[in-house]
Amino acid sequence: MTLWSWLSTHDHKRIALLYAISITAFFFIGGAAATLMRIELATPAGDVVSAETYNKLFTMHGVIMVWFFLIPSIPATLGNFLVPLMIGARDLAFPRLNLTSWYLYVAGGLFTLAALLLGGVDTGWTFYTPFSTLYSNTHVIAVVTGVFIAGFSSILTGLNFIVTIHKLRAPGLTWFRLPLFIWAHYATSVILVLATPVLAMTLTLLGIERLFHVGIFDPALGGDPLLFQHLFWFYSHPAVYIMILPAMGIVSEIIACFSRNPVFGYRSMAYAIIAIAGIGFLVWGHHMFVSGQAVYAGMIFSLLSFVVAIPSAIKVFNWTATLYKGTISFEAPMLYALGFVGLFMFGGLSGLFLAALALDVHLTDTYFVVAHFHYIMVGGSVSAYLGGIHFWWPKITGRMYPPKWAQFAAVLLFLGFNFTFFPQYLLGVEGMPRRYHEYAPEFQTLHVLSSAGAVILAIGYLLPLVYLTWSLTRGRKASANPWGATGLEWTVPSPPPVENFGETPIVTQEPYAYPPHAVSGGARRAAST
Amino acid sequence: MSSAARAEAAEASGAFSDRDQQREACDLGMWVFLTTETLFFGVLFFGYLMARLRFPEAFAAAGRHTDFALGTINTAVLLTSSLAMALAVRAAAIRRRRWAVLLLGATLTLGVAFLVIKGFEYRAEYLQHLVPGADFRFDAAQRDAAQLFFWLYFVMTGIHAIHLAIGIVVIGVVAARLAFGGFALQSPLSVEMAGLYWHFVDVVWIFIYPCLYLIARS
Ligand SMILES: [Cu+2]
Repeated sequence: MTLWSWLSTHDHKRIALLYAISITAFFFIGGAAATLMRIELATPAGDVVSAETYNKLFTMHGVIMVWFFLIPSIPATLGNFLVPLMIGARDLAFPRLNLTSWYLYVAGGLFTLAALLLGGVDTGWTFYTPFSTLYSNTHVIAVVTGVFIAGFSSILTGLNFIVTIHKLRAPGLTWFRLPLFIWAHYATSVILVLATPVLAMTLTLLGIERLFHVGIFDPALGGDPLLFQHLFWFYSHPAVYIMILPAMGIVSEIIACFSRNPVFGYRSMAYAIIAIAGIGFLVWGHHMFVSGQAVYAGMIFSLLSFVVAIPSAIKVFNWTATLYKGTISFEAPMLYALGFVGLFMFGGLSGLFLAALALDVHLTDTYFVVAHFHYIMVGGSVSAYLGGIHFWWPKITGRMYPPKWAQFAAVLLFLGFNFTFFPQYLLGVEGMPRRYHEYAPEFQTLHVLSSAGAVILAIGYLLPLVYLTWSLTRGRKASANPWGATGLEWTVPSPPPVENFGETPIVTQEPYAYPPHAVSGGARRAAST
Repeated sequence: MSSAARAEAAEASGAFSDRDQQREACDLGMWVFLTTETLFFGVLFFGYLMARLRFPEAFAAAGRHTDFALGTINTAVLLTSSLAMALAVRAAAIRRRRWAVLLLGATLTLGVAFLVIKGFEYRAEYLQHLVPGADFRFDAAQRDAAQLFFWLYFVMTGIHAIHLAIGIVVIGVVAARLAFGGFALQSPLSVEMAGLYWHFVDVVWIFIYPCLYLIARS
């Protein structure tokens, strides 16, 4: 168990833990930037940090949270750990590539972090041209390089998952017997391999343009800054689905388990995942309604953005229907999952406001947008990530955490989150622009509420860090299947042995064979023969 | 379990249960990777298309300043290298080690030849002041758009050349292993994977060539 044995491991479970540790570190760095911003915004005057520093803070917060926390969060940790276990495989298809992907992530992360600490970047995480190529005199190229490197880590993870899910499923595990967690990771992987290269090349072109002061984005020399926005959002809208689809997978697993019901409308859930991933590639223009794209393009992008709401609504409907007449228990993972459903629905509906062309003119670049995407990415994805961590913690570590503390933290997180971000919807409607470090005095009440909520939210994040770390050595030992859940990962010991399965399991049952529909107890399938 | 036993188990537990499965997985993995690469280059072609639609005349005029002869020779060189590569894959599949090594060597040599010719082309363009940003000279009315064309020219051919250079290294490694390490069980597979990549880089050129060299000359 030396350090080197960890740094050179090919075991997907250990790589998942390496990822978990690194993304947690980045989460708290990104969180520190947000904390400073909320402190600054407690008063209307710009008195804590200068305007330049504030710009660098929100850029650092965005860059780190998007590329070094949210994108890898669920896929690279829980996905890495669980995909082989859930499909009855010994490892991912390419274990060495998996380790490479972690090193690329760390390299990109350190590179970015160094650039951010040595002077920072003030472009915002969106790197809009020509500001980023011509006017900004901060470390744009270094940060862009870091994101570029991390992008290849995403691509390798996605590639590995696609091949693994196609080729390494246990005998009998057909596509429609796969847990929805796997469906979600499959769709996510497709987005990762199709969208990330577009970002990588766009950032490359941006870098070259900044270095040589000629390029296709520079309007002064005949370039087109709108082209940058199209390319950037061609990646960055689907990137939202990289964050939310795996979260939906987790929530499906948890809700089925703690309501003792099979997921309602399993096939429609799988199709909805694919539909969201597919349509998600065709809506990027809704980020550009006011930036001068053709009005007809705007109409089509608006329409398609509304269309994505349909499969999303199917999912919310099915989760609710899964609860119906279930034997519901409110363990911590379930609280996170239910919180996810509420916050996702709220964030999604506010997204429809923004997808409406006329309304967007008023709301664009205000706190309404900030509130909307934080409801999806933080209220949604981070809640689900923590729910997943709490659900599979016994499997991953072999230890139980103190359940009362976990339930308390889940509730606190939900309250703190709403307390922080709901006022931001109101701020946005009233016209408070985003990315400002000072503001008119009439906005102060709502800003103070938001900053106060952020304190609660921060406690909600720190608590799990404390009791989960505590449980590693002091927690009660976990059995192989403490929740009575279905799924191949629960048929192996906790924590699973290096080779995962002694013998390859053979699957004979449908997914989520929970009572009352299950023929036998709670076990789903797959006694190994 | 002791750490030694753990390490041993990890070594033994390769993810695959048999060779067929490994072959299929590598095949699929390579195709997924090439899909990624297609989108990577796709951005360049999309940017080219947008710029060309905006400045059709200037792009045509600038396009006539590319070196038609060298570009065409290079296309032939690359296509021939792809033929050698395809034959190398076949030779490895039927376990002709010597032929496979020779053909890989031919592929590699042609790849290097391509880069050398490209280098001469770049040099000539530098001397004619066609490098964007560095004292770029062109008919004043079309200067900015022509500069955009040559910016795209250098970026597209440059990124293609980087891919080609990576391909040369990969083929070099595969060929060296085959020549000095003997014929291993997975040799045909690694030659095939290198081949898929090489053909891809070739196909990218097949799209670059008409965009930069041919269209203006019709
Ligand atoms: Cu979007």
